Amino acid sequence: MINRTVASVEEALQGVKSGMTLMVGGFGLSGIPENSIAQLVKTGVTDLTCISNNAGVDDFGLGLLLKGKQIKKMISSYVGENDEFERQMLSGELEVDLIPQGTLAERCRAAQAGIPAFYTPAGYGTEVAAGKEERKFNGKPHILEHAFKADFAFVKAWKGDTAGNLIFKGTARNFNPVMCGAATITVAEVEELVPAGELDPNQIHIPGIFVKRIFQGALYEKRIEQRTVRSRT
Amino acid sequence: MSLTKEQIAQRIAMEVKDGFYVNLGIGIPTLVANYVPDGIDVEFQSENGVLGMGPFPYEGEEDADVINAGKQTITTMPGASFFDSATSFGMIRGQHVDLTILGAMEVSENGDIANWKIPGKMVKGMGGAMDLVASAENIIVAMMHTNRAGESKLLKKCSLPLTGVNCITKVVTNLAVVEITDQGFKLLERAPGVTVQEIQEATEGTLIVQGDIPEMKIA
Repeated sequence: MINRTVASVEEALQGVKSGMTLMVGGFGLSGIPENSIAQLVKTGVTDLTCISNNAGVDDFGLGLLLKGKQIKKMISSYVGENDEFERQMLSGELEVDLIPQGTLAERCRAAQAGIPAFYTPAGYGTEVAAGKEERKFNGKPHILEHAFKADFAFVKAWKGDTAGNLIFKGTARNFNPVMCGAATITVAEVEELVPAGELDPNQIHIPGIFVKRIFQGALYEKRIEQRTVRSRT
Repeated sequence: MSLTKEQIAQRIAMEVKDGFYVNLGIGIPTLVANYVPDGIDVEFQSENGVLGMGPFPYEGEEDADVINAGKQTITTMPGASFFDSATSFGMIRGQHVDLTILGAMEVSENGDIANWKIPGKMVKGMGGAMDLVASAENIIVAMMHTNRAGESKLLKKCSLPLTGVNCITKVVTNLAVVEITDQGFKLLERAPGVTVQEIQEATEGTLIVQGDIPEMKIA
């Protein structure tokens, strides 16, 4: 067994420097690497490029890094629900690259799988297609999109083992699996870390080969963005 | 009488057929789930990674790890599954989803749609909308016929940045049901009590009216 564990979040983030490109898992606030984000805030690194579907809310998730002006550029598909983000974007302080969600996922997956580029119909005929190679397949127009290049990927899983194997829960899975192994160094934080051998190999979602460092997060707030319920009557 | 948002959702629910996998956008489309007729088996897909979405949870049973694309807490139905974002868009791009229902700011008579950006004002992003409209074969738009300023949202040509081109099949508004054809918006049904002339006046794009136009039947 190859041991992928690191003792602390400090060790997990070793090598993160200002100016780097980071992938950050999660959809809204669900499945975000809370402990790694808190540590990024603490280290004070700046000029980051963040690849993440959303940008958190004003006081949680990537919103915490935005508040400290640590992010230079965001690559996302949807950035509503964050006033500070909107302010920085409209004032020009923050560079923003908005791309279709499926393209965002596939550009991660392509990086993970060693595929340099791929064609997709998403964005054809829109401003997303500007400057991109176009090609028809079976009569339908597509645009060429490239795999991402990132220095670190920060992901969050439900359970993991010391070999770096990961299991996700519910819709907290989202972008996390496709970011594993899509950057030079993948850091996985888990709610529960167990010794190798305790997880059923049949149930593993992401094999440890895609994960460089793994640690158990100290605290998970798991904030709910839109609490919607129905009455029992 | 023009339709309420709930009635628009109710009318669209009649387009949902037994055995359909359906993707619902945020806003009016989300309401469609409430009106799917009994005896019809459908599964709702949410692009953040769930197929077989159920209703909102009972109070106290909310799970931060189970949400829909609108970030609302949800439940799952028997037979549901969770998956990653690449797989989710594989379902969409690979045309495994039978029906897509989404909102729009503008639709043009050739089936273009704009729903993600108002330059200089609102830039929230396209989310999964561009992937959906580029690949889905059956796309129904749910929206009001005119904007808050009273201007038509069914246009000859969209004025806002596009989400997709030549992709919309049908539009259901508070005034009418129209189909996108090579000649323009073909009027299929009118809201109860709304005249063809009123629809004509609220439609900037080419409106094709052939024969008697029936009123929508909403239970």
